Amino acid sequence: MTAASPPMSLLAELTHRCPLRCPYCSNPLALEPKARELSTAEWCDVLGQAAALGVLQVHFSGGEPMARRDLPELVRHASAAGLYTNLITSGVLMTPESLTALSDAGLDHVQLSFQDSDADTAEVIGGMKGAQLRKLEAARLIAEDGMPMTFNFVIHRLNAERVPAMLDLADACGARRVEIAHTQYYGWGLRNRAALLPTRSQLEATERAVAAARERFGSRIAIDFVTPDYYADEPKPCMGGWGERFLNITPAGRVLPCHAAETIPGVTFPDIRTSSLKEIWEESELFGMFRGTDWMPEPCRSCDRREADRGGCRCQALALTGRADTTDPVCRRSAHRGLIDAQLPSGDHEAAPFIYRPAP
Amino acid sequence: MTGMSEQTVPAFARGTRLQHDRVRDQWIIQAPERAFLADPVAAEILRRVDGHTSLGGIIDALAEAFRAPREVIARDVLAMAGDLAGRQVLVSVT
Repeated sequence: MTAASPPMSLLAELTHRCPLRCPYCSNPLALEPKARELSTAEWCDVLGQAAALGVLQVHFSGGEPMARRDLPELVRHASAAGLYTNLITSGVLMTPESLTALSDAGLDHVQLSFQDSDADTAEVIGGMKGAQLRKLEAARLIAEDGMPMTFNFVIHRLNAERVPAMLDLADACGARRVEIAHTQYYGWGLRNRAALLPTRSQLEATERAVAAARERFGSRIAIDFVTPDYYADEPKPCMGGWGERFLNITPAGRVLPCHAAETIPGVTFPDIRTSSLKEIWEESELFGMFRGTDWMPEPCRSCDRREADRGGCRCQALALTGRADTTDPVCRRSAHRGLIDAQLPSGDHEAAPFIYRPAP
Repeated sequence: MTGMSEQTVPAFARGTRLQHDRVRDQWIIQAPERAFLADPVAAEILRRVDGHTSLGGIIDALAEAFRAPREVIARDVLAMAGDLAGRQVLVSVT
């Protein structure tokens, strides 16, 4: 087994509860109820362990993390441990009081998600009436506080045309960073793939819009562009390497190499309630499973891109080929690339209905 | 990049900071959604960024501390400050 270097980043999924029901939600299909969530004391202990292990940044996420009343306490605890604290939120629960409590607790940065620049489509996607106004109000509060803010837009067939308007909205609201992130097709996104996957010409228009905005904004606003890998010839490297930089803790305390890893069959998922984070990171079967390059099959094993691509995404290989230890089928060298090509929409396509994510 | 001269007084933008990483024994720059390595030269410069001292003052201090030619230090400091301003890490308070 390849030895572990310390993790850099922790995604703390505090809860699966959320007022929104986005059909590309990154939460698993099976959602955790509130009764199984880690307690405040358990999270504080985990945050201390994470900092001691080498984690530099903690991303408080969900569900909607602001549904947890103890969020300011967790932020305060993480800050005191030296962790950089980032809140990934929909903003719909934010009030002047709750933002002040987070700011006072030492919150470093907020990533605010928007479903669209157009309120009507945004609320169809999120499944919540009135959400857009609340988000705009949250953005105003954050900008007024002076905390650095990233706007996140998830891109798909229904909103791809409005990327220029999304970038203008982010600029007008005072965001310092924007993520234009095409939907990733796992879990809920995979279930709604027929409704969400854009055409190649839509994708290319989003690329041009981002290039033009980078020119216009210069260093004032940084733009992160995440491509839909179905249109790529080479796969994205799994989390910068499985078990190399990143770990995810679910609301119920399962510790995972990525947020989709609970789909991997035939393995016990480590539990922070029964093992230490150090034991899990360094010794668990799950984290060792695809670490390094020894696990790789052909064509990855002898490929000159194996260190760059890492064999691609394990969860995508599993979801599409039925096996987690095969080459990501996005790769042109994969025998399964046809599975991807068969899904690419040609031009005229009918809108498929959404399957919304329910409440946990 | 963004204009930084010896008269500029630099400060860390809100949400960014220099931090010593005890686990890996190295200096890092913490910033929104990313942490990146500050090499030893960058760390010497950034440890002197306090929101009051100008880049000229930082250059003087480094030339003194390392007994190095001032113009060499000045070139490195101004280039790095410009680069970090372009990456939204440093801002000018002047």
